[in-house]
Amino acid sequence: MSAAPQKAKAGAEKIEVTVSAVVPLNPLVTRFEFTRRDGQPFPPFSAGAHTVVEMRDGARTRLNPYSLMSDPGDSSIYAISVRRDDQGRGGSLFLHNQVKVGDPMTITYPVNLFPLDLRGRKHVFLAGGIGITPFLAMIAHLERMGGAWELHYSCRSKELGTYVDELTYKHPNKVHVYFDDQDQAIGLEDLLDGQPLGTHVYVCGPKGMIDWVHATAAAHGWPDENVHSEEFLAPQPGKPFEVRLCKSDITIQVGEHESLLEAMERCGVDAPFLCRGGACGQCETDVVSSDGDFVHRDHWLDDDEHASGKKIMPCVSRFVGKSLVLDR
Amino acid sequence: MTIQFNTETFRDDYSFRNSDWAIKRFPFPFHEDSYMYSVNMEQHRGGPAGSVYEKRFDVDEHYVSEMADRAIVLAEDPLRCQSLPHMTLAGWDTLELIMVSKSEDYPDLFELHRDGDRWRWINKPMGIDHTFTFLDETTLPCGPLEYITRQAQGDYAVLDQRGDMLYMDAGMVTTQADWSLDFDIGMDFFEWHAPVPLAHEMGIFKRALKFLLNIQQGAPARRLNWTMTVNPLLDTSPENYHKWGVQKTTLTPENIGAKQHLRVELQTFYRLPRSNALLFPIRCYLIAFQDLVTVPKWGRRLHRVVRDLPEELATYKGFIANRPLMLDYLSRYDDGLPTSPGIWPDLETEPPLQT
Repeated sequence: MSAAPQKAKAGAEKIEVTVSAVVPLNPLVTRFEFTRRDGQPFPPFSAGAHTVVEMRDGARTRLNPYSLMSDPGDSSIYAISVRRDDQGRGGSLFLHNQVKVGDPMTITYPVNLFPLDLRGRKHVFLAGGIGITPFLAMIAHLERMGGAWELHYSCRSKELGTYVDELTYKHPNKVHVYFDDQDQAIGLEDLLDGQPLGTHVYVCGPKGMIDWVHATAAAHGWPDENVHSEEFLAPQPGKPFEVRLCKSDITIQVGEHESLLEAMERCGVDAPFLCRGGACGQCETDVVSSDGDFVHRDHWLDDDEHASGKKIMPCVSRFVGKSLVLDR
Repeated sequence: MTIQFNTETFRDDYSFRNSDWAIKRFPFPFHEDSYMYSVNMEQHRGGPAGSVYEKRFDVDEHYVSEMADRAIVLAEDPLRCQSLPHMTLAGWDTLELIMVSKSEDYPDLFELHRDGDRWRWINKPMGIDHTFTFLDETTLPCGPLEYITRQAQGDYAVLDQRGDMLYMDAGMVTTQADWSLDFDIGMDFFEWHAPVPLAHEMGIFKRALKFLLNIQQGAPARRLNWTMTVNPLLDTSPENYHKWGVQKTTLTPENIGAKQHLRVELQTFYRLPRSNALLFPIRCYLIAFQDLVTVPKWGRRLHRVVRDLPEELATYKGFIANRPLMLDYLSRYDDGLPTSPGIWPDLETEPPLQT
């Protein structure tokens, strides 16, 4: 439109924040609260949204998505709750071990890939472990707007039941908690069977739980569009590989513990991204040529696209083989 | 600057006029001497001072009269504003976005005072001073979407986003280029674009949808679209086609300069924060051919675009029958000189018309 079109920068808009509280909730989970450094209120957000937290870990920049779990109606803080993953790539360990009250940090504007379907007459939430976080914001939203909901929350043990006490105290009739170590499990079939027309189901938790809910709901005749899920994938380590980026005219090496997207960024390539977890589709990249095998891990491309060898999601997927050339 | 608001009509006697200021800031939509569809999106982050791109919601000399025209349309046809039940929150989002933007961008015209959920809104051009409770519909005279879009120029489509698709689930549509909210309500993105020729085959809508689904909070986008309108009519709706369609047959070589208008839509796109819906404001700007050709570059270029436009597009845009008449008129303002790239008038650098 204008004489000099502006080029959009990769990722969502950023907000400069200060860590205002670090609250350990149990041996594995800690809540981090942020206030804005410019003193302005935070933008309102829709329940289910996440923010990408930028971590300066030595020479390395980590960008990890976390669900916003604070009350969407409270514009004075944003909060995330992070489960420490001792086997992970280090983002959660960095937050747990390095981040202190008063630290400056950068986070992105909220991005929602797991919204409530506002047509829903009732919302049934199924949480597994740390998958509770988006539901905390959804519950706060529905309580304010007067929406019908219930929560079924599966945790490993009482000790690791993040926010269990608070939830059961505030909403004794709507919150149902199941402890693995007491052999309690969500009775999903009965639960799905008894719901009124217009109910939507949301699941957030480990991949096995998400697949189980989708499959069970489908088998009970639930329409796909009434069953919602969110699973952020963390990029998995793998053998190092080499990639030719033809638009940028460089060849880069992807290390064992970094993703293809991170390797591009390290080499100064401004590649698009939003969720960094294989869900949003923003980083989709065309393959020019390849000789080898793709390790596709995203939720974005369908099976045919995965099989075609024509596309890759560099935030979570890798490559094993002789040569890979991308249109980036 | 303080805006001098016109008293003018967009019907009956058509007293609508553009001042010299409005002509120079008109959003001319052609960046080169030809036109074809493209997604042509850019970020909506301001623009040159005084241009229609500068503010989030442009307010110009036509504001008060356009709002009066909207009130007439709504009185005759209340279905021009609709909101499906799940879109009320998006209506509040829209109200908040417009009130905050206008009070920050035009502090001399609009004020918003917020004390928790208790809000006081002052709209000086329209003489409104209203205190209400945010998110409480009972404190407004109508729904939040209708309330604020009765005070904001342009049409507003509010699109719900579900499962990688957009749905036309609410809107205020009284200044449209021949489409109907009442017909499109509840449709998905491909359904409501079904009548557009060529673009589907070109894959335009698939790409456009992908772009729109990814518009994020804090990063609005914009594009221009255009068509032709005989007489400065804001309401060129299918509902009233029997009133305005026939006016296309009234063009003559003598009156075409005054009657034929280029109609440009400044379309913007905002991710709404509370509802995660997409707000699609469609702001209509009209300019008479005789005013447009006072900018030599635009006169030259419009002639070339209209002359070379594919027949399907001229038909879809509704001016195929009048194209010969338009070309006779416009050719007088095209001396064959080259034009500078870009949409701006470039009055200081482009040569005057050679005769």
